[in-house]
Amino acid sequence: MLISLGLLLLCQLLGEALVHALGVPLPGPVIGMALLLVLLLMRDQLTPVLPHEVGDGTLEKTSTGLLANLSLMFIPAGVGVVQRLDLVVSHGPAILVALIFSTAIALLAGVAVFRLLARLVGEAT
Amino acid sequence: MSQSDFALWVYLSRTPLLWLTLTIFVYVLADRISAKLNRNPLANPVLHSVWVIGLILSFTHTPYRTYFEGAQFVHFMLGPATVALAVPLYAHRRTVMRVLLPMIGALAAGAIAAMVSAVLIAKVLGVPHDVLISLAPKSVTVGVAMGIAERTGGDPSLAAVLVLMTGAIGAIIVTPLMNAVRVRDMRARGFALGVAAHGIGTARAFQVDIMAGTFSGIGMGLNGLLTPILVPVFLPLLLG
Repeated sequence: MLISLGLLLLCQLLGEALVHALGVPLPGPVIGMALLLVLLLMRDQLTPVLPHEVGDGTLEKTSTGLLANLSLMFIPAGVGVVQRLDLVVSHGPAILVALIFSTAIALLAGVAVFRLLARLVGEAT
Repeated sequence: MSQSDFALWVYLSRTPLLWLTLTIFVYVLADRISAKLNRNPLANPVLHSVWVIGLILSFTHTPYRTYFEGAQFVHFMLGPATVALAVPLYAHRRTVMRVLLPMIGALAAGAIAAMVSAVLIAKVLGVPHDVLISLAPKSVTVGVAMGIAERTGGDPSLAAVLVLMTGAIGAIIVTPLMNAVRVRDMRARGFALGVAAHGIGTARAFQVDIMAGTFSGIGMGLNGLLTPILVPVFLPLLLG
């Protein structure tokens, strides 16, 4: 459990370090995710040098546990937003209308193209 | 409140412990209610926890800064949780690889549709120019959107508000919208949600279906890479 958490933090740290060192405008945690994915893909080759916990399902359990509570982690930022709603309210309902419609349009565009191309590659369900 | 009760309150309200505990328990309660209501989109646990805690802070005259000293421990876990997305991605890698092309197409379509439609609708409705700049990156995760707003001359705080509102809207409308257009493919639903509504959408997806959550996480991650490139290209065209 502790090693798994440490490994997640280490990947994030390396991701942040890479982003800052290269000066690229990318999110460090996303790079960290890519690094962990690479590690998982190479896990079988690396088994002798990796801690036991990485291979016995603990890393999976820790990660799944974190992701099951992803909602919780947005609450502190969300509470901050409630206090700055004045920024949006001062512009009336126009922004809310734009947000609702653009989100619906983006969702529909996304699934439409996904389904179309899935059919093309023979992956439609 | 007696004098000693008040002293206790003053002491506790200044410790991170109180606000961290409150955040977790309000969330647990909101999540229980959401589960009891079969994950009805309107019972979104993030949305309801946020206003309940906001009310408690305003009743107790607690500044956000004090609250955040406790809540930051939860907030901090967003980073490691994003890294943890690699685990379901790895577990479903074969399914993911089979739909690589649909994902790339849906990423481009969703990211461009979100940005273009938001800016154009707001522009038509008379939203001022400087607000439109902060609106463009609204579909990516909050840290990235704030960085984009900063570089393009927008207001990072406003961008953060718009991002979180977008996430909540996406999490609420996705289920009824997808049911209405009869899309049952959880890969498509999840992926489009992650692209359009970042982490709050992904949190919703994980509560509904593990496959939807996995694909939502990929969509969110990929859009975090694409939108920083798109906004500086599209913004001058949209504002012009």
